[in-house]
Amino acid sequence: MLRFALTRLSLVVPTFIGITLLVFVLIRLIPGDPIETMAGERGIDPARLAQLRKDYGFDQPVLVQYGFYLSRLVHGDFGRSIVTHEPVIAEFQSLFPATVELSICAILFALCIGLPAGIIAAVRRNSIFDHGVMGISLTGYSMPIFWWGLLLILLFSVQLGWTPVSGRIAVQYFIEPVTGFLLVDTLLAGDVGAFRSALSHLVLPTIVLGTVPLAVIARMTRSAMLEVLGEDYIRTARAKGLPRFRVIAIHALRNALIPVVTVIGLQVGVLFTGAILTETIFSWPGVGKWLIEGINRRDYPVLQGGTLMIGAVVMTVNLLVDLAYGLINPRIRYTR
Amino acid sequence: MPLLEIENLSVAFPSRNGMLRAVDGVSMTLDKGEVLGIVGESGSGKSVGMLALMGLVPHPGRVEADRLRFEGKDLQRLSERERRALTGKDVAMIFQEPTTSLNPSFTIGYQLAETLRIHEGMDRKAARRRVIELLEQVGIPAAESRLSAYPHQLSGGMNQRVMIAMAIACNPKLLIADEPTTALDVTIQAQILDLLLSLQRDRGMALILITHNMGVVSDTTERVAVMYAGQIMEMRPTQSLLESPQHPYTAALLAARPEASDGGRLATIPGVVPGAYDRPRGCLFSPRCAYATPLSDELRPDLRPWRDGLIRCHYPLGDSTREARRAADGGDSAAANRREAVS
Amino acid sequence: MTAHPLPTPAVTAPAAAPPSPVLEFWLDFRKNSGAVAGLVLITVLILLALSAHLVAPHSPVLTNDTAFLRPPFWQQGGSLTYPLGTDAIGRDILSRLIHGARLSLLIGIAVVSLSVIAGTILGLVAGFFRGVTEVAIMRLMDITLTLPSLLLAIVIVAILGPGLMNAMLAVAIVLLPHYVRIARAAVISEVSKDYVTAAKVAGAGRLRLMFKEVLPNCAAPLIVQATLGISTAILDAAALGFLGLGAQPPSPEWGTMLADAREFVLRAWWVVTLPGLAILLTVLAFNLLGDGLRDALDPKLKR
Repeated sequence: MLRFALTRLSLVVPTFIGITLLVFVLIRLIPGDPIETMAGERGIDPARLAQLRKDYGFDQPVLVQYGFYLSRLVHGDFGRSIVTHEPVIAEFQSLFPATVELSICAILFALCIGLPAGIIAAVRRNSIFDHGVMGISLTGYSMPIFWWGLLLILLFSVQLGWTPVSGRIAVQYFIEPVTGFLLVDTLLAGDVGAFRSALSHLVLPTIVLGTVPLAVIARMTRSAMLEVLGEDYIRTARAKGLPRFRVIAIHALRNALIPVVTVIGLQVGVLFTGAILTETIFSWPGVGKWLIEGINRRDYPVLQGGTLMIGAVVMTVNLLVDLAYGLINPRIRYTR
Repeated sequence: MPLLEIENLSVAFPSRNGMLRAVDGVSMTLDKGEVLGIVGESGSGKSVGMLALMGLVPHPGRVEADRLRFEGKDLQRLSERERRALTGKDVAMIFQEPTTSLNPSFTIGYQLAETLRIHEGMDRKAARRRVIELLEQVGIPAAESRLSAYPHQLSGGMNQRVMIAMAIACNPKLLIADEPTTALDVTIQAQILDLLLSLQRDRGMALILITHNMGVVSDTTERVAVMYAGQIMEMRPTQSLLESPQHPYTAALLAARPEASDGGRLATIPGVVPGAYDRPRGCLFSPRCAYATPLSDELRPDLRPWRDGLIRCHYPLGDSTREARRAADGGDSAAANRREAVS
Repeated sequence: MTAHPLPTPAVTAPAAAPPSPVLEFWLDFRKNSGAVAGLVLITVLILLALSAHLVAPHSPVLTNDTAFLRPPFWQQGGSLTYPLGTDAIGRDILSRLIHGARLSLLIGIAVVSLSVIAGTILGLVAGFFRGVTEVAIMRLMDITLTLPSLLLAIVIVAILGPGLMNAMLAVAIVLLPHYVRIARAAVISEVSKDYVTAAKVAGAGRLRLMFKEVLPNCAAPLIVQATLGISTAILDAAALGFLGLGAQPPSPEWGTMLADAREFVLRAWWVVTLPGLAILLTVLAFNLLGDGLRDALDPKLKR
């Protein structure tokens, strides 16, 4: 198991360095001088320009510049926002919990519905339920979620007035951030009203962000279960005279979960893609909305640092999923 | 009362042009403690028939039978629950691929104990003791240390021993072994067969041994059923069947054994088992049979008593009138022509 | 026999010969009603797109000062002049949707063509030359896959500047790794097969081997992935349009239309609902078709 973990880890480091290189090169491709861009449209006095170029090392060869960039990264310096002049990493840290809270809720929502739906669809293959689940999940998979969000706002917020339109919590509440997760912090503060407000703000974004993962998990669970149900060891389990529920819930599910966990891991990237759109629609104060605002303001350090950190988060989660995969799959645990 | 009675059992699978019959009107009885061999090429329906008996025919197969009784109990009338109480306890089955037949995600100790806990209601401790006992009985060394092993950590032969231990855990009255040695190394095959037979003798359980290998049948079974394309072609006591096969198919199978070869070329049976699109109207073996006549092509023979057993053939090999009757039925020209086309 | 009792030899009636492969493919495909529905919808969309200038009752960009936010004809205040109503500056929604179909199909096909061609070449190269070339290509693809697809597309558009062309290029780059992986995997599995060895022995050159022997044999997964890729391309391009990074107004691109319509959610449901529905149906149609193709082409899934 340890060797398996180390092998995985050793694959992650080069990929992360690759991402830094990619982001560095991409940002350097932006037309125009970065200092002039930073200075904006007012222009800059040439002496100051030369000084700044020297300060930032832009007079050095590109490779040296990349070296500087890397060493700054190692020291936790991801640059400063051109707009707010705050360190990018600080902004990221303050907004990240909002995105994580939303993502966790979305993936839980997707799991709670997607797993059982996929299992039942596989067990009742070709039934009306199966066809229904497959049809709905393909629709969910095809959903332009930015539109789906607007539609839900139209129905639940505008027509029915059940849920708030945007934000994380009603303005009258101020909750001291402890974990950064409002659902937790409101409870820690013992403020039930604030908790309910936070919860009601979460409902629609959770559904919107969870839709695509839900569809993917349902379809993947179904196909993994179908494959496993045809295996020899399921026949053995039935030949032992085990109850049907035990055959499905223990013998089949345990094996079907192995590919499903991988798929859930791959959903992290999809979740971030979704978070960018969902946060924009619901004015959710997370990193997705922050990045889009960064682009609209041409705040390149935000874009560069944000991309890098999101890449790091995705890789970390993928690594954790890989390790979890080793835990539930004894064949990997022991052969590596 | 026989232990097992099967009458007119059919298993069919839906396909693009109607139902495909994998098993087609099979009947047999089995006494307590008897050892029966079922022999046939792949695709002859020998496994599917036994899966039907266990209630394990895969979706979307359909099972029909006039009678399906175990110890006088009508299996078709039992509730799902009653039937489950029987399978794995009184009737057990082991399969061809031991390694894929064990769940890769659970230890063998868990998988063995599970049977005991479901059927015998044993607690964890008692089950563990019994599992160790069982593993020792099937000849697994250092049984206790194997409890926490996963199937992929054991060899095929070891896994098959685990499967056997699992099958005999609740002292079944009937054990069905479906090609139990086919996937194993030659050196292990004899060991596993010996183990099965000694367990059979010690416990007085009935054993159905499904195999494509005539050699396996000869020194293990008392009676043999030869299956072809879903039907029983001949069923007789092992010794007399081996010495004087009555069905041309049985004779051809025996002649195709490597040990029957006289050092020259191995005998083969021309053609292949009929597929989905070429099922004959008459005798299913007629396209490959050296003795088929126009009658064989038109009329499917019934399974009828013949000598010391049953046979499904118009012209049994030991019948002194067969040549005369074959000539009267039009000789073998038509069949011979077709055989050339097949080969 | 023992493991899989399904391909049994027996059948009740003496039947005809097995159907030809093409016919069998069509029979399998036709049985999948979803795939057929997808195909029909796509055909309709293509016809609409081709004849947009004939079918559309109005110009997609011309405004009408006297008809702001007219509802669809079945609602009070609507008329058949504007069957699906008008937007905030008096443009006919139906006409914009029809012209948008033209754009979306164009986006889907252009992006996927670009991505498939580039991806297949890279994949073939990686699969054939192995070594450093392979490592370099595959690492780059891994990195591309690690970043969330929309984020990468956004970064690329941020560099190139907003606009339909740049958005299409960005989406094409994002889709690239899938095709590279398929092509490489196919090459590696095909190269070890006997027919390639036979071709090598017969003296076939590397290029010939690549394009004439191996490529046709990995066509099936590429076709399936390409069909599914069209839906991703349309969806991602629309998302970029929605974020203001794709097609720019007054282009009748569906995502851009949605972005324009956002502020009217409270007043005019149709300006929000209809473009999204168009995206959903188009994407769904391509996904249905792709699934149907995969099921019919993949012999492993066949019963």
